[in-house]
Amino acid sequence: MYDSNLVIGGKEFSSRLIVGTGKYSSTEVMKQAHEESGAQMVTVALRRVSLPTGESILDFIDTSRYTLLPNTAGCYTADEAIRTAYLAREAGLGDLVKLEVIGDSRTLFPDVQGLLEATKTLAKDGFVVMPYTNDDPVMAKRLEDAGAAVVMPLGAPIGSGLGIRNPYNIKIILETVSVPVIVDAGVGTASDAAIAMELGCDGVLMNTAIAAARDPAAMARAMKLAVEAGRLAFKSGRMPKKLYATASSPLEGVPDWTT
Amino acid sequence: MNVTVNGKPMELEPGTTVEGLLTLLGVPRQYLAVAVNRDITPKSEYAALKLAEGDRVEIVRPMGGGA
Repeated sequence: MYDSNLVIGGKEFSSRLIVGTGKYSSTEVMKQAHEESGAQMVTVALRRVSLPTGESILDFIDTSRYTLLPNTAGCYTADEAIRTAYLAREAGLGDLVKLEVIGDSRTLFPDVQGLLEATKTLAKDGFVVMPYTNDDPVMAKRLEDAGAAVVMPLGAPIGSGLGIRNPYNIKIILETVSVPVIVDAGVGTASDAAIAMELGCDGVLMNTAIAAARDPAAMARAMKLAVEAGRLAFKSGRMPKKLYATASSPLEGVPDWTT
Repeated sequence: MNVTVNGKPMELEPGTTVEGLLTLLGVPRQYLAVAVNRDITPKSEYAALKLAEGDRVEIVRPMGGGA
């Protein structure tokens, strides 16, 4: 009613929250959280089949409702990430890829050089590339130029829950690129998601903030509301900040109580 | 012949194809992808591609994950 849809790779999404499928205490808890989040896109990893094979994560994700976003988590070179994207496509997961090329195992910060290289290759080959990058506006622009469909700067390290550490850089990224900007990683609680959206981001992607909450389904709902509230606040145009008070009741007509 | 499947050594009849290996392992086919020696094997080639001594086979499918 108030907003347009988020468009990624020609597909429209009314929800601006993308959620993960990892770290849940059970697949049933994950399913409930997905339901409450209102998300229409969920990210999955690609891993070796363990033998004998048990249940599949996809037994618990209704693919007619959720668009699958395969990620290249755990890849440390452009080559590994590119091969993983091709594996995902061959597995029938489509052309979307949450592209991660990790540069350091302690911080999981991206290797932007490898990321740029992989983005170029995959975009040329028809992938809808969604790169996880740092909060650097220059790199965001390079990724856009390389064919990224969106850019996904981190708010803080993956799984840290530290929130949006550099809102000013995110703001500059929003002014620098014309593709959608989705904050990926760092969100810890609802206000973090709201801050990202109030800045003008097009969406937020999170996993741990929901999965590691004491009540993941309730937190998923909180995140859905926060993303919606933040978006709506951004679209509404907030009032300017002022240092001193301005009365919001009329100054005229105040009764006189002096004796 | 000896091959490596998902990092583990495995002995197979000579001439075993990718299709044969998947059947032997009883792997569900939905959302499955296979790579042999780093190259991705299209589904259309499973039946024809014979594995060779020393081949490294990766069989993957989606798992829970965020980033």
